[in-house]
Amino acid sequence: MAKRVSLSGNEAVAFGMKQINPDVVAAFPITPSTEVPQYFSQFVANGQVDTEFVPVESEHSAMSACIGAAAAGGRVMTATASAGLALMWEMLYVGASMRTPMVLAVTNRALSGPINIHNDHSDTMGARDSGWIQLYSESAQEAYDNLIQAVRIGEHKDVQLPVMVCYDGFITSHAVENLEMLDDADVKKFVGEKRVAPFALLGGDPISMGPLDLPNHYFEHKRLQAEAMKNAKNVILEVAAEYEKLTGRKYSFFEEYKMEDAEAAIVVINSTAGTAKYVIDNLRAQGKKVGLIKIRVFRPFPAEEIAKALKNVKAVAIMDKADSFSAAGGPLFNEVRSAMYGIADGKIVTNYIYGLGGRDVTSVNIEKVYSDLFSAIETGKYEVYNYLGVRE
Amino acid sequence: MSNRKVNITPDTTWKETTPGGVILDAGNAEDFKTGDWRSMKPVWHEDKCKHCLLCWVVCPDNSIKVENGKLTGFDYDHCKGCGVCTKQCKFGALDFVPEE
Repeated sequence: MAKRVSLSGNEAVAFGMKQINPDVVAAFPITPSTEVPQYFSQFVANGQVDTEFVPVESEHSAMSACIGAAAAGGRVMTATASAGLALMWEMLYVGASMRTPMVLAVTNRALSGPINIHNDHSDTMGARDSGWIQLYSESAQEAYDNLIQAVRIGEHKDVQLPVMVCYDGFITSHAVENLEMLDDADVKKFVGEKRVAPFALLGGDPISMGPLDLPNHYFEHKRLQAEAMKNAKNVILEVAAEYEKLTGRKYSFFEEYKMEDAEAAIVVINSTAGTAKYVIDNLRAQGKKVGLIKIRVFRPFPAEEIAKALKNVKAVAIMDKADSFSAAGGPLFNEVRSAMYGIADGKIVTNYIYGLGGRDVTSVNIEKVYSDLFSAIETGKYEVYNYLGVRE
Repeated sequence: MSNRKVNITPDTTWKETTPGGVILDAGNAEDFKTGDWRSMKPVWHEDKCKHCLLCWVVCPDNSIKVENGKLTGFDYDHCKGCGVCTKQCKFGALDFVPEE
């Protein structure tokens, strides 16, 4: 039987890791993800898991050790944030390209500079093209649920890719929430006792991994890697369906909140979705047709599905908790707007950069976005690229 | 993996290749002709050769062919023309000339 617990997002993730009992965790702590390896190292010290815990001197080494362990055939996990993820950069690409499944919990935090320890999405948005699957989580519950599903998604024979499970630094990582935790036995059964690795350094069949790839073969390997990312779409849905049977909690590429007849919609990632739902409930009570799309899967990007979900709105605001400094909009905006082309044409599509460096995002901020959208629908006048909640 | 051998050639497509370039069979360097990297090549003068085999010892590519303790020639498919063999030969049995 699942049990109700009160945990912070980091605790929920660390307890999830304990239930998964991976072969190797190599970690270098960084705020606000520090608690994940901190709690987990206690589980190791107490003998509650039989994981090999590798304390390293940097995040680059943490990811390198994880890749080595995954290449050997182990089930591998770690956690990081912000500059830690940035220091893993080179190895993120190596891990994805070597097709080594791993699970990396990322507590989203701003990237320097100026130095800032609080939440935005510049870290994982920057790593969006590294070949990792990216799952985002609104709450501690979702971070926990995504973590468990991530193991199965990445290790699927048609995927064999590493997975990032992202949740908002401090907002989700440190705030204590009530959530439902599965039984250890159910988790064990769901993820399986051991990783099934089609290719591994250890075992009966010797192989070589990570060879030099000259122009003659590199391109083909990238194409094969792209196929794995395409395959991940089906696998994500299959795993979600199985997880729903176990828990009753439904997951997909994104969550649609009151979208059936929505005229004005917001697309958002992670914890701000909770604030947006509160605003939507209030505006709906006033008779305003507003809705929300909360992205869960950003890589692979569910382009067609999102475009279809936005087919009937009049105006949509895409909210980015990271700027791409293209001077033309944030990363989520560019992907959603491009996805809509040819499928959901003729809409008003705007972008709001919000909450950078941990700036609070209030219900008043979200109300302003909806009010901007309705005014755009009425007058036809609007700015595409906006900063929300910045002092003017 | 029951059928492990994947003979990767310049014509191998993305559907046939291995994920991440995993190499499944040992000793497959033989299948890849790397001799075309060479700009200089060693030439053997059999008459001056004492078959001391020190050239064989120093060759980093295992490209000096030996049978029954006697040098028999070069594997030019894999010799990359480093010239180490010609440098160490004390008998003038190995010349180093530009690749034509």
